Amino acid sequence: MESRIGVFVCHCGSNIAGVVDTKRVAEELSGYPGVVYSTDYTYMCSDPGQNLVKEAIKEHDLTGVIVAACSPTLHEATFRKAATNAGMNPYRVEIANIREQCSWVHQGEKDRATEKAIRVIRSMVEKAKLDESLDPISVPMTHRALVVGGGVAGIQAALDIANAGYEVILVEKSPSIGGHMAQLSETFPTLDCSQCILTPKMVEASQHPRIRLLTYSEIDEVSGYVGNFKVKIKKRTPYVNRDVCTGCGLCSEKCPSKTPSEFEEGLAMRKAIYTPFPQAVPNKPVLDAEHCLYFQKGKCGICQKICPVDAIDYEMKDEFVEEEVGAIVVATGYDLYPIANIGEYGGGEIPDVVDSLQFERLLSASGPTGGEVRRPSNGEVPKEVVFLTCVGSRDPEMHLPYCSKVCCMYLTKHAMLYKHNVHDGQAYLFYMDVRTAGKGYEEFYQRASEEDDVLYVRGKVSKIFEEDGKVYVWGVDTLTGKKVEIAADMVVLGLGMVPSAGARELANKLKIHTDAGGFLSEAHPKLRPVESLAPGFFLAGAAQGPKDIPEAVAQASGAASKVAALFAEQEYHREPVIAVIDEDTCAGCRVCVSVCPYDAAEFDDEKQIARIQEAICEGCGACIAACPSGSAQQRNLTDNQIYRMVTAALED
Amino acid sequence: MKIPYYPGCTLHERARDFDMSAKESAKALGFELDEMPIWTCCGAVFPLVTDSVMDILAPVRNLSYASRMGDKVVTLCSFCYHVLKRANKVMREDPEKQEKANLFLRADTERRESIESFTGEDYTGQVDVLHYIEFLRDVVGYDEVKNRVKQNLGDLRVAPYYGCMLLRPAKELEFDDPEQPTIFEGLLEAMGCDVVDFPMKTECCGGFQIVNDEEIAISCSRTVVGSAVKRDADIIVTTCPLCQYNLDRKQEEMAERVQGFRKLPVVYFTQLLGVALGIDEKYLDFTDNYVDPRPVLAARCAVREG
Repeated sequence: MESRIGVFVCHCGSNIAGVVDTKRVAEELSGYPGVVYSTDYTYMCSDPGQNLVKEAIKEHDLTGVIVAACSPTLHEATFRKAATNAGMNPYRVEIANIREQCSWVHQGEKDRATEKAIRVIRSMVEKAKLDESLDPISVPMTHRALVVGGGVAGIQAALDIANAGYEVILVEKSPSIGGHMAQLSETFPTLDCSQCILTPKMVEASQHPRIRLLTYSEIDEVSGYVGNFKVKIKKRTPYVNRDVCTGCGLCSEKCPSKTPSEFEEGLAMRKAIYTPFPQAVPNKPVLDAEHCLYFQKGKCGICQKICPVDAIDYEMKDEFVEEEVGAIVVATGYDLYPIANIGEYGGGEIPDVVDSLQFERLLSASGPTGGEVRRPSNGEVPKEVVFLTCVGSRDPEMHLPYCSKVCCMYLTKHAMLYKHNVHDGQAYLFYMDVRTAGKGYEEFYQRASEEDDVLYVRGKVSKIFEEDGKVYVWGVDTLTGKKVEIAADMVVLGLGMVPSAGARELANKLKIHTDAGGFLSEAHPKLRPVESLAPGFFLAGAAQGPKDIPEAVAQASGAASKVAALFAEQEYHREPVIAVIDEDTCAGCRVCVSVCPYDAAEFDDEKQIARIQEAICEGCGACIAACPSGSAQQRNLTDNQIYRMVTAALED
Repeated sequence: MKIPYYPGCTLHERARDFDMSAKESAKALGFELDEMPIWTCCGAVFPLVTDSVMDILAPVRNLSYASRMGDKVVTLCSFCYHVLKRANKVMREDPEKQEKANLFLRADTERRESIESFTGEDYTGQVDVLHYIEFLRDVVGYDEVKNRVKQNLGDLRVAPYYGCMLLRPAKELEFDDPEQPTIFEGLLEAMGCDVVDFPMKTECCGGFQIVNDEEIAISCSRTVVGSAVKRDADIIVTTCPLCQYNLDRKQEEMAERVQGFRKLPVVYFTQLLGVALGIDEKYLDFTDNYVDPRPVLAARCAVREG
């Protein structure tokens, strides 16, 4: 077919025309082989500009359109839509970038910039001559979502997706949903009780007709692609038949084996058969074989004997279930930076130096001390308590380089609640900066320092040690330049946030990116904050970076709405600009299979050649560069096209 | 077994007891600390300027001498260890400084004449710098030390004092955890002592401030000694002649300044190791200690009071 290409040179106001002689460019191109129409205009992306393109397509029966303007990331979609409206296949529209890659970088060199613009456009004309009409790829889609992680972010995402009308599978590693938020006492800046606002949501999630809850479960394998994921989930055996169990609690009550409670952060004991906390969802126990006398020593068996409904089954095995889902929300949350890494603060060996989650439990009405702050060492009420921010955070030399964002606020809350608890006590708070960016946060901090007499000391603490039954804190007050020594009764460490244990392995399984700290990477730091770059994966909560409850919930709702938008279509449509393999020349060497980062290239055993799975290929080009015979080619960006583009760009 | 040994200047002067007790305890453990035939000052302070090679020439020259004797060199003084180890790291990791330092070494006629087997080989960090404690742990083995113990020290409450030079910067010295070190405790346990953990075991003794502003050093050292006293220690052991000087010798001034100050003997770990190995006291030489350790040693482990 004879090529009939139209060239449309945009001035972009003076952005391009101020440097590039757009008139001359349009004139030069009009004489270029294959170009049947060439013009320039002030704003090609405006309505009249688009009409210019549309009319030219019809009038000159164009087979291809080159818009010489800004980057294709800005307006490629605009002009492809315009071409479609004029009856042209959108993949015959090409953008020649003469703004970012020409006029903006060559100001003051008008002639050479003009010359370069001509070459850039000529090159795109050559590409357009060999462009084929393509149709978007449509793939069927399973309208069911998987949410990994049952903390507040996961719960929120699950509820929002379910309320939009789609099925959700909510997978949680521990025996109950609720996450760290269930451990918190009261929440800043309003001091709502954390459990009071969270537990109704936990119950709602467990009772929602479209949410299936899989607790004590982990993701084992994930395959497939957006719209068509296959997920293998490992359900750890609870040794309790949860269909029969009534949650009466008799087994836990009579169990003789004790071990430190994870939920109470080691400040209290739990039994080997246990429900992590009274408000747990589901409110049924699991048996921890590692601490069970029956499993470790072969005797006991009390829980089985005592269970009134015969729910205990020591023979029960781990189960694997396979599910099909169309989208995956990852909300795996955070852990505290390990206290053992902070040797100068005792490395976790000093009983009265606690971490922030332990202090939450000491403040919590349902905690081991019933909400009274007590020293773990001797149970006395502490009269002097020191709170430290940035423990492990903002320390690129030794620990985490980043700010953990929430510690200033939760320690302020801790100090305030401590003062409400112990009126004659003294709270000191060491800080580097007090960061209170959030609605009502600064006011909360002011209230702590002015009304509750929390003494804020600007400086770092160098050493913490025990002596004479006290916890000595050595620090510096950088506002007075003096060294400070406090003989405290208790110290609370505002440890930084790190991704939860196993999050990195999960990210590897899902093939989604993480940043240097192991947090999940968003597709764009500003404009696509709730999606992963890999299609079909969405991010919620602290798994993506340190954040507080309102932010985690907002991001979860954002991720849920993205899932709902994806599911709103019956099928999933994707760009057809991907790799194809020429069956006639492929020798079946499998190099493409080994280099494909998305597992899109697969080997066809019958034909002994490679094949690209359209629904998975991202068009990255790795196989095309690797293919020794040139059988792998990118649609509309073949080796032949690239050769001609380069030639046209260099030719005089 | 002969092990190349770099003593450093202090061990030939003020800390002769350290040198002697180390050599004797080595013998009792079945090897010999083989003093390098030629050595100079280690430089005493590791230079913090990054653009000069002159400042590391002294330690590098010593390391190049040591490379003629074997693949490792053992040292005792914390300062010597600190400087040699860091200079060695520079020679291993900074090709530009390595090249420049070798230009100097090649022009070093004294080095040419003194080392018989000198072959003109450049120094590129071939030698491993080991502290005597590391040597005892990694080459001799704490179990072997334990096997050779002859004197029961079971009732002696010993506070191991690390000071700062062995531990920091931890990434370069790779000696032990800078906040919670345990290598010393391991040795003392092998020797059969009752080890006392005290919070000031890694705090500064005042170091060279003793020359500049004595009060600072006395105050620092008093914090350390006081902390060990609070934990009911009988004796402090150290690896550093300067620490030993500040902690021990300055107790006279500490006692003048603080009423009821309880004095505590401060000995080199090799001296106590010698006691444990049953070495004759004349080789351990407690006569230079300001606070005489012999009464407590006699009371706790039946060492003859001389």
